Amino acid sequence: MIEINNISKAFNGKAVLKGISAQFQKGETNLIIGGSGTGKSVLLKCMIGLVKPDQGSVLYNGRDFYNCDKEMQQSIRREMGVLFQGGALFDSKTVEENVRFPLDMLTSQSPEEKRERVAFCLQRVGLEQAAKRMPSEISGGMKKRVGIARAIVMNPAYLFCDEPNSGLDPLTSVKIDELIKEITEEYQVTTIIITHDMNSVMEIGQNIMFLYQGDKLWEGVNSEITKTTVPELKEFLFSNKLLREMQE
Amino acid sequence: MSVIGKYFIFLGTLFGKGEKLSVYWRRLMEECVGIGVSSIFIVAIVSTFIGAVSCIQTAYNLVSPIIPISTVALIVRDMEILELAPTITCIVLAGKVGSNIASELGTMRITEQIDALEVMGINSSSYLVLPKVIAAMFTFPMLVIFSAFLGIMGGYLAGTLTGVITERDYLYGIRDSFVPYNIFFMCVKPFVFGFLIASISSFKGFFTSGGALEVGKASTQAVTNSCISILIADYLLAQLLL
Repeated sequence: MIEINNISKAFNGKAVLKGISAQFQKGETNLIIGGSGTGKSVLLKCMIGLVKPDQGSVLYNGRDFYNCDKEMQQSIRREMGVLFQGGALFDSKTVEENVRFPLDMLTSQSPEEKRERVAFCLQRVGLEQAAKRMPSEISGGMKKRVGIARAIVMNPAYLFCDEPNSGLDPLTSVKIDELIKEITEEYQVTTIIITHDMNSVMEIGQNIMFLYQGDKLWEGVNSEITKTTVPELKEFLFSNKLLREMQE
Repeated sequence: MSVIGKYFIFLGTLFGKGEKLSVYWRRLMEECVGIGVSSIFIVAIVSTFIGAVSCIQTAYNLVSPIIPISTVALIVRDMEILELAPTITCIVLAGKVGSNIASELGTMRITEQIDALEVMGINSSSYLVLPKVIAAMFTFPMLVIFSAFLGIMGGYLAGTLTGVITERDYLYGIRDSFVPYNIFFMCVKPFVFGFLIASISSFKGFFTSGGALEVGKASTQAVTNSCISILIADYLLAQLLL
């Protein structure tokens, strides 16, 4: 379980996050939604240690990420898998080398063990045929899947996905969503997804948190979200004509 | 001043908690190839022609019956060893290697590759930058020795083929009044310049933010700042060591 308490962050005096608190349960897909510039990605970066919050704490199964020694922080980091928005694959390495990279750097596994684990992860995301290709030779959707394979290669306890559907066609988006949900349930991972994709919200959002201008305005499950009375959330959910008509 | 302070803090992080030695060794070899071996061609071309032009222009200016013609070779040799090979070669390398380092790291930064390393718990500056700095400090002196040799050879070819100087005079001139200490001085310079080029360019690239435009700016700044630092260090080293 991940618990965030009273997270605040400001850049150049402008408050981006205003005392956000939440709990994210194990084995569930937790979505953080909101429009562009509402602080979703900053919150994610605060949680994974890329941006230090001005105030508040982030607890990983009770371990305070920002108030522990470096060794503990490193051990928490090694339990994280992160899928970045663009995949963040290393350009100079093949798909296989990208997935193997955390094993090379952080474990003392034998080459055979690493090979097996990489093959398993690539097969899990359906990319065993692309192992020898370079990131520049694969599509955006495949990059995301390689990113997922790299994120799960170390058997993470926590999986963070920053806009996993951005730049993908609707069909590929659904496949990526399903893959993340399957992995979350199969390995009992605490998954946090940053998104503004309504399909993801409805398909895989077990717990949803809505951010608006750095504030948490709503939190709940996807079956309740369409019944919301929060005007900002309603505006966000029914921003397109088709959905507005369906609501009416 | 804050930028200089940030630069020194950045240098400090290179020696923070690192990874396995085998990882660094592999990275160092990759960087030696990327920084050193891939620069051989440009260094060879530039050095040979600079040596050739130095010989022709020195001979053109030395038209006196009381100065032996072998002095042309002596001047070419000392110019090459003391200044042209170490400084001009390193300025050329600042353009080639410096811009390459800054754009590589800048692109890694804006495409979140550096963030990915940090999230894995890897000391990204140490993993990415330290091998580049060591590779530059290790390969630049070799490139400069190679450059000095080719420069002197370029002078020999240009001088003898055009008839400006005979082979005998040239060979006599390059051995005349030779000071071995100058070779040491020649090797110290690229060692220092290599450190400056690799660290400044890495610093510029590592802290890039924004998009492609900023990567281009970082790359330009890396070359400009590296060249300025080379010239300042060149003067300081000359004052200190000669």
